[in-house]
This record gives sequence, C-alpha cells and structure tokens, in this order.
Amino acid sequence: MQRARYFAVLLICIGLLCACAKRVPQPRHQPNASAKTSNSITIKGSDTMVLLGQWWAENYQQAHPQLIVQVNGGGSGTGIAALLNGTTDITQSSRPLRDSERSEFRAKYNHELIELKVALDGLGIYVHESNPLNELTLAQVREIYAGRITDWQNVGGSPGKILLYSRENNSGTYEFFKEHVLEKEDFTPRTQTLSGNAAVINAVSQDISGIGYGGVAFAKGVKTLAIKRDSQSPAIPPLFEYVTSGAYPISRFLYWYLPNEPTGEVKKLVDWVLSQAGQNALKEIGFFPIGQTEHVATSN
Amino acid sequence: MKATAQARAPRRYTGDLVLATATGVAVIAILGLLLLLLFEITRGGIGQISWKFLSTAPSKGGLAGGIWPAIFGTMALVLLMTIAAVPMGVATAIYLHEYAHPDALLTRLVRVAVANLAGVPSIVFGLFGVGFFIETVGTRIDDIFYDGGLLYGKPAIVWAAMTLALLTLPVVIVATEEALKAIPRDHREGSLALGATKWQTIAHVILPQALPGILTGGILAVSRGAGEVAPILFTGAAYYLPFLPAHPTDQFMHLGYHVFVLATQSPDVNAALPNLYATVLVLLVLTFLLNLAAIVLRARIRAKLRH
Amino acid sequence: MWQQATNRRRKHVLEWLTEKVILVTALISILSILLIFYFVGRKAVPILTNEVIQQTANLAEFFRPNGTTPDGHTTFIWQPISERPKYSFIPLLLGTLKATIVAMLVSVPLALLAALYTTEYAPRQVREYIKPAIELLAGVPSVVLGFFALVVMATWLQKLFQFEMRLNAVVSGCALGLAIIPVVYTVAEDALSAVPRALREASFALGASRAQTLLRVILPAALPGIFAGIVLGFGRAVGETMIVVMASGNAAITSWNPADSIRTMSATVAAELAEVVYGSAHYHTLFAIGALLFIITFVINSIGDWVIGRLNTRLQGAKR
Repeated sequence: MQRARYFAVLLICIGLLCACAKRVPQPRHQPNASAKTSNSITIKGSDTMVLLGQWWAENYQQAHPQLIVQVNGGGSGTGIAALLNGTTDITQSSRPLRDSERSEFRAKYNHELIELKVALDGLGIYVHESNPLNELTLAQVREIYAGRITDWQNVGGSPGKILLYSRENNSGTYEFFKEHVLEKEDFTPRTQTLSGNAAVINAVSQDISGIGYGGVAFAKGVKTLAIKRDSQSPAIPPLFEYVTSGAYPISRFLYWYLPNEPTGEVKKLVDWVLSQAGQNALKEIGFFPIGQTEHVATSN
Repeated sequence: MKATAQARAPRRYTGDLVLATATGVAVIAILGLLLLLLFEITRGGIGQISWKFLSTAPSKGGLAGGIWPAIFGTMALVLLMTIAAVPMGVATAIYLHEYAHPDALLTRLVRVAVANLAGVPSIVFGLFGVGFFIETVGTRIDDIFYDGGLLYGKPAIVWAAMTLALLTLPVVIVATEEALKAIPRDHREGSLALGATKWQTIAHVILPQALPGILTGGILAVSRGAGEVAPILFTGAAYYLPFLPAHPTDQFMHLGYHVFVLATQSPDVNAALPNLYATVLVLLVLTFLLNLAAIVLRARIRAKLRH
Repeated sequence: MWQQATNRRRKHVLEWLTEKVILVTALISILSILLIFYFVGRKAVPILTNEVIQQTANLAEFFRPNGTTPDGHTTFIWQPISERPKYSFIPLLLGTLKATIVAMLVSVPLALLAALYTTEYAPRQVREYIKPAIELLAGVPSVVLGFFALVVMATWLQKLFQFEMRLNAVVSGCALGLAIIPVVYTVAEDALSAVPRALREASFALGASRAQTLLRVILPAALPGIFAGIVLGFGRAVGETMIVVMASGNAAITSWNPADSIRTMSATVAAELAEVVYGSAHYHTLFAIGALLFIITFVINSIGDWVIGRLNTRLQGAKR
C-alpha cells in the first residue's frame, strides 16, 4: 500500500521531469543559420533600451501575433556577449561597440556584424524641482562630476553642497557621459551610482541638493536643465526639436547589432522599426527618431 | 518563585524591572518593525491586486499590466528546484542520522559542509552557477549532444533551479534531520527485530513518520528559493518575457527579480510604485504562507518530540 | 530453497546499493563546497597568473592607494571603467564593514534582549507565539527588505538624522539588521534555553534575584552560544546582497563616515558582473571579490559552527 503510493508519487515526478525535458529543443538563435524559420526573435542588451525594445515588440506583435519577440535587459555588455556566443538575434546597445568587441566577432565569424542606428536619446541633466538653477555649461557639469565644484553657489545656484548621482559604472549611459561630458575623466568617488535611470530620477526628485543625468525620456518629477555648449553659446533645453536637430549638445544614438544581414522575420522587424511607424512609436516613450542630422557629441 | 520575589531587596527589584522592561521592549520593537513592514506593503499594494493583475503579463516596462509570467516563472523555478533539492537533502539527512557514525570524520565533514553551505553568500552561489552550471556543465552538454550549438550553455531556468537547489539544500537537511530525531528509537529497533533490513526500516517505518518533517523542509526551501534573487541574477532570470518558460533551457521571469527591476530600472519610479508594491505584496504573501505552513508543521513535530 | 537464497541475495544487493547511493548523495554537500570554491576561485586565478591582466589588476593594486582626491591626498579608488582602471578593494571592504557594523549594532542588542525575554520572562503561551513570529521575519525575502529600505526606511531615517545622502551605510545597515535579527535570535535563544535548569535553581536558591541570575549565571553560561549567534549573523550580513544593492547608494567612498553612501563587495559583484566584458581584468577581479567573500564568510561561519559544536558537546557532557 505505502510503497504503491510512493511509486505513484515518484512516477508523477519523473513524468513531470520528462514532460519538461522531452520537448525537442529547437535549434534556435544559431547565428549562422541563414534562413531563419523560427517564429521567435530574441532581443537582448541595454537596460536603457529594454523599455524601448519591449514597446516596439508590443506594437509590432499587435500586427504579427504569431511572432514571439523576447526582450531582455542585462546591459549592453550582456547583449554583446550574447551576440558573440549566438544567444540573441538582435543586441540593443546604448553605446557603439568597441573595436575589441568588433574584432572578437570578426575572429569568430569571419565577417563584420551589422550596426543599425535605431533611435536617438537625449541625455538630460536632472536637478530637484525646487532648484532655482535653470542652465549649466558642459564645462560646469564636468567640474561638478569630477568633484572640483562641490557647491551650488559656484555655478549660480543657491548655496548648498552638491550631491551627485550617476548610473552604474558599466551602463552605456555612464560610458557615454564619461566620454563626452567628462571628457574621459573619472567621476569623483563621492558619486552615488544607481542601477537604473529611474533610480537616478527618483533619487534626484527626493534630494534638494541632488544632480543626476539620464535619458530625457524618463525625466518626470525632476527639473531638466538647459545646457550651454560653452559660456558664450545659448542654453538649449532638451526639447524634441533641439534633440532631433542636434542643437542640444548631449545626445547619442542607440544601436541595434545583428550577427548577419537580417533575413525573414528579423528583417521584417528591422524594416518596421526603421519605418515611419516604428520611429513614431519612439515618441510615446520619450525617445527621438533618428533624423538625417549629424550630432555633434556622437560624431566626435 | 513568587515568594522569592517578595523577599528581594529593592535594588535588585529595580534591576529586574529594568531588565524585564528592556527585554520586553526589544520583542515589541522587533515585532513592531515586522508589523510596520507588513502594514506599509499591504497598504501600498492591496489596492492594485486584482484577478487581472495576477493573470496578465506586464506591459510598458512593468508600469501597466500584471505579473502572471513572474508568478508562473517563480513557481516553475521552485518546482524544478524542489525536485533536485528534496531528494538530495532527505538522502543526506538519512545518511547523517541513520547510517553514519556520529563521530566519524566523514560525518563531521558532511556536517561542516552543510553548515558552511548554509552560510555561503547568495551572490557567490550566483557566480558559481555561472562558472559551473552554465559555462562548464551546460557547455559540455551542448558540445556532446548538440554539436556545439547553444542550448544549455546559457542562462536557463534549469541552471537557476540547480543553483537554488544547492542553496536550499541545508534547509531540507536540517528540517529532515529534526524529523528523524523525533522518531523514537523503538520503532527502528522493532522493525529491525522483525527481520526488516535497514533500508526496509527506513522506507517503511522511518520515512512515512518523517514525512511532515520532510514536507516542512521542502516548504521552507520553496519559500527561501522563491525569495532569493542574487543567485538567479546571472543564471536565468529575465527582465521581460512575452511567453512562459516551457523548456528547461528557457529563461524565466521571477517575482523577486521583477521587484528588483521595477524598483531600480523601471522607466518611471513613481508610476511604477503601485505595481511595485503589489508585486512585493504577492511575493511576501507567498513566502509568508509557505513559512506559516512550515512553522505549523514543525510545531507539531516538536510537540511530538517533547512527548 | 534456491529462490529464497537469490531473494536474499537480491535484497542484500539492494541494501548495499541504497546505502552507497545515500552515501554518495550525502557527499554532494562536501562536493558542492569544494566545487564552489574551485569554480569561483578558478576565475580569480588569472589575477595571479595572467601577465596581461596583472598589468591592471593584481594583488598589490587591490590593497594599495591608487589615486588622489581633488585636494591632493592619496586615496583608494574603485573605478573599473576608466582610462586607467582602478581596482582598490579598500573602499569595498570598508563599505561592507560599515554596513555590517551598523547591522550588528541594530540587531545584536534587539535580538539578544528578545531572546532573553523569550527564555526568561515570557509566559509560556506568549513564548509559543514569539518564536514563530521572529521566524516569519526570517522568511521575508531580502529583496523585499531592500525595497522597504529603499522606498520607505530611507525617507524616515533621512528625516530623523538629516542625512546628506539619502542612501547610506546606516540605511542599508538597518535593513541588514532586520535580516539578521532572526539569525542571532535563534542561535542565542537556543543557547539560553540550553542552560541547565540546575544552574538557575541553584542561583535562586542562593538568594539571587532574577536579574542577577540572568546576568551573572545564565548569560555567562550561554555566552559561547550567543557569541556563535553574533558571529553567524555577522557572516550573513557580510554576504547579503540584494539589500545593499538597492539601499546603499553604491558609491565607493573611502571614509569611515556612516552617513556616506557605500558600495559593498557583494553589491559590486551583483551590479557589475552582468555587463562586464567577458575575460577582461574587470571580469576576473569580480570573481576575485566573490572568492574573497566566500573565504571571509567561510572562516566566519566555521568559527561560529565550531563554537556551537563545542557548546553542544559540553552541554551533552553536562547532561551525562
């Protein structure tokens, strides 16, 4: 009696295991499989772009319900690693790939990977809503983040210590900021690093003396400063027309990387994303469509 | 004892009073903090809980929609984990309590290992999961069975479950051993005297009696596994998946990871707060129910132990 | 007749087999510890052997001053993404230590007093409820505590102490304290209730008050167990990850000020591993941090378990 019951339980367990394991593994996401017949597309990479990718996926899937688009975050680095070992169809990256990463790909697959600019992101400088300051020059932002200016009154604000917030040190946003705003200098160690854009905004929105940076797409509950390229030039707020025209000085492209020339479902998705419809979808979540304009910060 | 209390000198009496008050206050403080936590989370989350929230997928980066894939992912994960952890844990406990000589070197080594396994930081388990399961075991499986394709050599629910199984192994072992201790010696001796072999005794006399204890261990392990995030960060949890994991090599969404992502990476923290609170509430209710069940079961075992 | 014999032999084989299977399964625990050490350690080894990696990340770099503050003092910097990556462990160790000390300051007094109350003062029925309630606290997932600290506690504590930085060592330490209260409490409570009745009764019989008995007799007798509880709690606090990732501010500041943000070892691994370039110096450094964390907690836990083990043998000896 007892034993029979145990056997039954055991059998059920084994059955469950088999049910899980017996499914034939689909040969999915093989980077060299040229004709992709699978009806799922994997997108991985930048955390800044998860929302973007997911938003595109949601919109695209409404028209193509048979297709599964899986969007993962984890960071640009994760996405690029996934591209290298073939676990993703598309990698989203908020920074252009490094030469080392490109050559690693070349060494493994004997051809170049495909780079697509899919969206434009304006990086805003956030301060607390009650901060009287309205504008900063790029040089001032740099001095603040390098730790040389530590008081708001030195940049025209009301007296008070400046508290710095930044993104986690391996996000694409962090790297871009370091390259183009800090001009490759190190952040002062007193910078608090938070793991996402939202955390930065949340921190600044609750901190009267805080300053942060991140996509203007996300700036809610904080004040976004207008930025002057240098002390003579006009202060430009990160508004739609200024970011798309390239007048706003801190903007960057967001990228999709593909292991091969897209074919099949992937190509359809890529074409849709670059089409008017896909680019228009960007506005609803605060990113900007890629125009024809050259952008100063991203091009140098 | 009442009599001695009356006979005490006043100074001593003050010491008593101070100590009694201080200890009492400490208990109230701890339980107060627990209640505060529960209250805050319930207050923030209860309004958002609805059937729709529990049964739909998130959209707009978690700002809208529900958490069904995360609930399902968590359940699938702990199910896989239990299948691995419970048999291993029960066997180890049986070895420690029924077979091993308590003072033998090997027994002591196993005990030291179990105690230390319980103390390994969860993030180290995560690193181990990457280094061992994914990059070593998974890659080997792919090389041997799938011609070097990529199926098992990447983050997957099965590797997250295996990592968690090791993490929760000590929980199962401790609970099972406690149950084994509660079984009177006579039962073993009676069975052996009737000519049953050791394994027969264990299978037919000991294990059925230890079942509540094993169940306690399993439940506690599930509760622990459902709440741990650090080990699954790199071994299989995904930010967003439009489908439910159906294959051991799929990635999965997870309640705890969803909380982490919503709290730190959602596009709009304030807009995400209602869903965030509600997700925390669901996770908390899940782990609390499991813990309560385990506590009740264990109380019954302990009562038996006392007799 | 022969059938009985084969039956018996089959039984014998089965018996032998199950015993071996169980033995092998039991060895999994030992094996896991060794494997964890091996596989985490293996990825840290290039720090010691690979010359290219050693140019940026090596043992000396981990522990010596590697930068200067804006006002010109030498200091320790964790700055892995830089023109010249800086991998000093000092700010991370300091951050871990600060959070852990705050956690101990919060949790140890509360947990010990609560344990004393449970064993000494609580009426029987009340005691039956206190223990499970505190065990429930142990069941709160750390990501929930992290969330609570990030969203709720940080605001309260900032109002209370006027912190400059909202997320800091105190906030994450308090949340860590909540996480380890059950650990300290459970072990201490076990130790206190294991003190033989005879000691207590003898003390009362000599005319000592309850407080005197507690402080002079019971506490000293249970001291090793209490110590073990504290040590185990310490080990847990050092390794705890999600709370500090979410609520510590994650700034690698080299200072002793508890109101500064901190970046702990565990949080550094959790935050950076996902995006690090595979096989880079940074990647191996993160595994080195993991290995260091493993070694630290292993030593701490071994001390704790050793004390508990000794306590158990001593108490059993006393009973015999």
